[in-house]
Amino acid sequence: MAETDSIQEETEHEGTDDSKRDFLLYSTVAVGAVGTTSAAWPFIYSMNPSKDVLALASTELDLSSIEEGQSITAIWRGKPVFVRKRTAKEIESVKMTKLGDLKDPQSDTDRVQKAEWLVLIGICTHLGCIPSGQKGGDVKGDFNGWFCPCHGSHYDISGRIRKGPAPKNLEVPPYKFTSATNIVIG
Amino acid sequence: MSTPTWKNPIIKWIDHRLPVFTFIDHSVVTYPTPRNLNYFWNFGSLAGLVLVIMIASGVILAMNYTANTSMAFDSVERIMRDVNYGWLIRYIHMNGGSMFFIVVYIHIFRGMYYGSYKEPRELLWIIGIFIFLAMMATAFLGYVLPWGQMSFWGATVITNLFSVIPFFGETIVQWLWSGFSVDNPTLNKFFSLHYLLPFIIFGLVFLHLWALHTHKSNNPLGIDIKGDQDEIPFHPYYTAKDALGVGVFLLFFLGFVFFAPNFFGEPDNYIEANPLVTPPHIVPEWYFLPYYAILRAVPDNFVDVWGLLPVIIPAKTAGVIAMFSSILLLILLPWLDTSKVRSANFRPTYFWLFWIFVIDTVILGFVGAKPAEGTWLLVGRLATLYYFVHLVVLVPLVGRFEKTKPLPDSISAAVILSGTDIKESS
Amino acid sequence: MVTMTSKKVLLAAFLIIFSSSVNATFVEASSGAAHPEEQSWTTNGLFGFFDRKQLKRGWQVYNEVCASCHSVRLIYYRNLSEIGFSSDEIKKIIADVEVPAGPNEDGETHADGELLMRPAKPFDKIISPYPNDLAARAANAGALPPDLSLMTKARKNGANYLHALLTGFKDAPANFEVSEDMNYNPYFPGFQIAMVAPLSDEGVEYSDGTKATVEQMSKDVTAFLIWTAEPELEERKRLGLKVMLFLLVFSAMLFAVKRQVWAKLH
Repeated sequence: MAETDSIQEETEHEGTDDSKRDFLLYSTVAVGAVGTTSAAWPFIYSMNPSKDVLALASTELDLSSIEEGQSITAIWRGKPVFVRKRTAKEIESVKMTKLGDLKDPQSDTDRVQKAEWLVLIGICTHLGCIPSGQKGGDVKGDFNGWFCPCHGSHYDISGRIRKGPAPKNLEVPPYKFTSATNIVIG
Repeated sequence: MSTPTWKNPIIKWIDHRLPVFTFIDHSVVTYPTPRNLNYFWNFGSLAGLVLVIMIASGVILAMNYTANTSMAFDSVERIMRDVNYGWLIRYIHMNGGSMFFIVVYIHIFRGMYYGSYKEPRELLWIIGIFIFLAMMATAFLGYVLPWGQMSFWGATVITNLFSVIPFFGETIVQWLWSGFSVDNPTLNKFFSLHYLLPFIIFGLVFLHLWALHTHKSNNPLGIDIKGDQDEIPFHPYYTAKDALGVGVFLLFFLGFVFFAPNFFGEPDNYIEANPLVTPPHIVPEWYFLPYYAILRAVPDNFVDVWGLLPVIIPAKTAGVIAMFSSILLLILLPWLDTSKVRSANFRPTYFWLFWIFVIDTVILGFVGAKPAEGTWLLVGRLATLYYFVHLVVLVPLVGRFEKTKPLPDSISAAVILSGTDIKESS
Repeated sequence: MVTMTSKKVLLAAFLIIFSSSVNATFVEASSGAAHPEEQSWTTNGLFGFFDRKQLKRGWQVYNEVCASCHSVRLIYYRNLSEIGFSSDEIKKIIADVEVPAGPNEDGETHADGELLMRPAKPFDKIISPYPNDLAARAANAGALPPDLSLMTKARKNGANYLHALLTGFKDAPANFEVSEDMNYNPYFPGFQIAMVAPLSDEGVEYSDGTKATVEQMSKDVTAFLIWTAEPELEERKRLGLKVMLFLLVFSAMLFAVKRQVWAKLH
């Protein structure tokens, strides 16, 4: 920068204790730079999620009222979460699927903590639409799971992409069982 | 002032096409500055710094603020409690307002003492007055946003001032409110304008600097630069001096932010606005107190006593007119002051007049915080009277009759002779 | 030229008058109330901090005494962890608390005319004793018990005033007539307050063995309300000390640089 250039020029013309002067000047500039950066930090950091937002970062769900073969949609961090109590037949069907048939190979056991409970983020991995298939009468696609109406992605009952443009399986959110029928997502 | 030659090829390339580096070099590096500026000349750059701090903190606050009467108060408290460092940013913005006025008041008084408004710097001064007016408007609008009791009642009282305008008063007040009282549409509008005005101030500051750089800074001696020996480059001399000023100023400013953040505030503003309950004492922010005193100083029977156009100017109008003219009169100061000598250092009579004027404005501020009755009202009236007599009578007369002291031949001559100004400033 | 000394005297005089006029805004004539005595709060001064044991006692006083009429509507249950409650303790505190559930899957908020309720969670705000101001007034002979979250900031000299008020109830002097449903308190503007003296000795039982005198309970609950009004206070002062220290060093360096630069002129 022009400013430091001319400081240098002037100090060059000076005689004896140049280095002492330079040291004072440069250390002051350095301290000033540290101060300015530290002052900017609270302004930048303020845009991170606030305490009230973080307090809602996890959602607790009571699963006791969900019957076998039924799904519910919960909201977690502003996104829809699909929770389905799968039937034995459904579990069997996804276990039978060969990994080789999959676009994004993942075995069903890696996607669930308890085989009958499937927890998914209900957002199509293609362009972010919400797939249908939560209610009894919904279109569920060729693999009897979920079907994204936007561009026709078909998901199976493990939430894995089977057909259509979506590149990845439906995401599984982090969750844990706090009791037999309670989960905390997030 | 020659065009610098740039060694760095990138800088050279850019500067050839858009001479920003030359511009920076001319305005803050080689910019010739009188060698005898004292620390009162720091307050211009400090005001610029505060403006930047206010805009930066304000932008962050706006990200979290809700301009709706049912949520505004709570959204500010959410900033204070839940937003990361929200309390810091809000307290910086809140105290920054007060700091802005402290700095600008000193800046204005410095201009008055050293005659910085005189030819050829009249427009520089007038632009400054407009910056000040815009600041006052911004501060007033901003104070409404937290939607506390003082926000609400301050807004109600000040907007009602406009009801004194003959014939159109009621219409104008309804227009200001966008309704029939200070309410949600008013709050929304005030938020929008509070966000807009600082950028207008920014533009005015640019003009202010443009005018400044056209004729360069005035100086404590008030005489013109006569040659190279009178001036020094802005950098490194005044960059170093301004930086020191910034360090000391931040100590003062952040001392309030961290250890007495509500010193300049009113407890009532931590009570949510209630249109049905007026607080016992409505007091404006401290920086408006002198004007508030002038507003209330004009007697109700003013017009009856003086018999001045009683039909056109109803009684309470006079107070409002007095208040606005107390600021607008300053626009005329370059012509009201008839003295050719700028600096009060060479004007023995004006020197005392200046300080009495300063004390008078402080007394007005003092009175503005008191209830308008009894002794305080009398003091307020006398101080108001003196304010106008100073500007309209004393300043023009003194300029004509005062015997000024001999001016030094040049800045450098004065510096070498006494050495005082340099010593004082180093 | 006017001498330097007279300039400096004037400047000093100006600064004194200026600062006193700023102060005048805040120390204006009292509106007919006794001046509260200065107390020593742990939050005072440059090194002010929260005494978490005291704040927990203060919460107990608020919860068992004040909360029947006064809300602290800006505080969430989760905030209690900041004054030393563990998450298990907070769960215990909210065990019996219910809050409006909001719309259910069918979009209903009421069933049979009653609000749908759900158990409170840490992310809920501390429940208010009354659903709205009208209900609060109706239950208190027309008087509105104010929200306490910001009380120490919303009154002049807030903490000292609150403590003086809480401990200041006494019989009215003979020549003072107290209106119906009002109580005499010299610290309240106008000397009459609708609130009955809320604290009495042993009014709560402290689990940490502190003796629950009126003085003690008043101090504790006031300290708690300093926290509800300024939960950032401790962090603010700690950060402030660091910033001040930094700026002192930095300003000293800038002073040296400035002198060094200007020395070249001589």
